[in-house]
Amino acid sequence: MKILVLISHVPDTTARIAFTNDNTAYDANGVQFIVNPYDEWYALVRALELKEAQGGSVTTITVGGAATEPTIRKALAIGADDAVRVDAEPKDGHDVAVQVAAYAKDKGFDLVLAGKETIDHNGSQVGPMVAELLELPFISLAAKLDVAGGKATAERDVRGDVEVVECALPLVVSCAKGMAEQRIPNMRGIMAARTKPLQVVPAVASEALSTSVKFELPPPKQAVKLIPAEEAGKLIELLHTEAKVI
Amino acid sequence: MSVIVFADTRGAKVAKSALETLTYGRKLANKEGTTLTLATFGDAPADRLAALDANKVTVARNIGDADNQQLARFVADVAAKEGAKWVICSHDDTGKAVAPRVAARLKAGEVAGATTLPNEQGHIKRNVFSGKAQAWVELKTPVKVVSLLPNSIPVEAAQGTATVEEFTGDTGTAKVTVKEVRKAGEGIPLPEAEIVVSAGRGMKGPENWGLVEELAKELHAATACSRPVSDMDWRPHHEHVGQTGLAIRPNLYIAIGISGAIQHLAGVNGSKVICVINNDPEAPFFKAADYGIVGDAFQVLPKLIEAAKKLNAEK
Ligand SMILES: Cc1cc2nc3c(=O)[nH]c(=O)nc-3n(C[C@H](O)[C@H](O)[C@H](O)COP(=O)(O)OP(=O)(O)OC[C@H]3O[C@@H](n4cnc5c(N)ncnc54)[C@H](O)[C@@H]3O)c2cc1C
Ligand SMILES: Nc1ncnc2c1ncn2[C@@H]1O[C@H](COP(=O)(O)O)[C@@H](O)[C@H]1O
Repeated sequence: MKILVLISHVPDTTARIAFTNDNTAYDANGVQFIVNPYDEWYALVRALELKEAQGGSVTTITVGGAATEPTIRKALAIGADDAVRVDAEPKDGHDVAVQVAAYAKDKGFDLVLAGKETIDHNGSQVGPMVAELLELPFISLAAKLDVAGGKATAERDVRGDVEVVECALPLVVSCAKGMAEQRIPNMRGIMAARTKPLQVVPAVASEALSTSVKFELPPPKQAVKLIPAEEAGKLIELLHTEAKVI
Repeated sequence: MSVIVFADTRGAKVAKSALETLTYGRKLANKEGTTLTLATFGDAPADRLAALDANKVTVARNIGDADNQQLARFVADVAAKEGAKWVICSHDDTGKAVAPRVAARLKAGEVAGATTLPNEQGHIKRNVFSGKAQAWVELKTPVKVVSLLPNSIPVEAAQGTATVEEFTGDTGTAKVTVKEVRKAGEGIPLPEAEIVVSAGRGMKGPENWGLVEELAKELHAATACSRPVSDMDWRPHHEHVGQTGLAIRPNLYIAIGISGAIQHLAGVNGSKVICVINNDPEAPFFKAADYGIVGDAFQVLPKLIEAAKKLNAEK
């Protein structure tokens, strides 16, 4: 089975969020970047498990500049066979999808796995857009994924229920919690990653359909109103009469 | 030119998220001086659809929500027929998959998870960096797609007198099919809950969740938990909220014995009111809280349950 995993490069979950140029750009100064957790823990690890059980290959693809290469090497260290970097700064979710679809179009991937969302852009857009551009079916928010006899079966947590869905390959899946456990790369993986193929391909022409023109930080929270533990019941009263939420 | 709203109208009553998208669509249509068409699917009776606040309803009777490719073809088709300038979906489980497909199909810019109507410049706000910041987005295309974050605008339901027509276009056959649905328990589904009672490692063990559940029951709330709690299997995975779990934005979030790590906050910082109960006054969660109690959960929870019972009796 040939699997393509979409890997995005995002600020670490604890990174400071600040903006520059009159709040029009993210200030990445001094920020540590990581593989987007949904792409790493869920999509990539599940792809590797499927490959280990059934044979095949796992290729990763990232749309980004050279600065994303350490993140791509991390994915290789975890176990991907090879990686592709489309050499362009992503303009918007649609641009990323166009680049991924242009690469994947004639490569015969059986399965294309994306994360549920990026933790910086939070679009949940790229997976379904890639599916649309490749004219493939798409299963969103999969928490479990299995493949047998040319068919994928996935479990989705939707509206509080668990929905089990089925679809013939090829297809695109977005991955959420539950799919796999995190894998920490070992020394051998890290060494091997240095020499695994990382192909850099040029971007295809594509325009931005949307732009983030300005960023804002939420207004600072007012100081917490503390209620003494002995009078805890008062909280319920305040939530009813003051906050009016119960 | 018109505004299209795509919404799920199935079920015993029309979901709040669907009514929110209709309110949003109506406001846009008024602003643009145009009409509103609702594109929906499923088996809702025609009279109920006619009463919704749309000028026209197109209903696809024979497609379900399993295959978002079919739904996207349907919505794109209606949008083309109506000469849509705007397509509005909910940023819920279905809309999150359909809206980007429609956008890609129509080569339209999309705002995913919008929290406002367009401002004077036509820019729309959305959350980014997992709720730690917001961005104003400009859409550069003639057709624009918006998926609206649930709970972002108040519903202004108006009585409609829409004409209802059945969709007859071709959307192909469903490639994704539902094999089984395992219903969750009795409780209120977490993504839709207005009130959430959540607990973390401070509860010491799964055997102590009775207190959390009892408070949730008295408040008509859903229950949630921090990541380590679901990782240790004290609670089911679907209760895990935060950066790598579910992001929720209830009216009230009560956090018990949760430290307030940044990855946890990322999933709950959109809540309107946050209450924190923690025995450590230095717990970072207090900085993000509106109300707080510094104290032992095992002492505090029984007092809250008692007060909630009293309030319910008075109401
Ligand atoms: C990439 C990444 C992603 C992550 N994603 C998530 C996520 O999505 N969601 C998430 O929750 N976490 C996430 N985490 C983990 C997060 O960093 C924290 O470790 C986690 O949220 C801590 O859970 P906790 O607050 O339940 O436990 P602890 O941090 O152990 O906190 C327990 C709290 O309970 C209090 N307490 C103890 N006893 C009592 C008592 N008797 N009464 C009252 N209070 C008491 C303590 O003072 C403490 O503040 C992520 C981490 C990483 C690195
Ligand atoms: N620049 C990128 N390169 C490769 N994959 C990406 C990129 N951006 C997003 N993705 C993938 O698309 C998913 C959804 O991203 P988003 O639409 O930004 O929420 C991510 O979890 C990744 O799997």
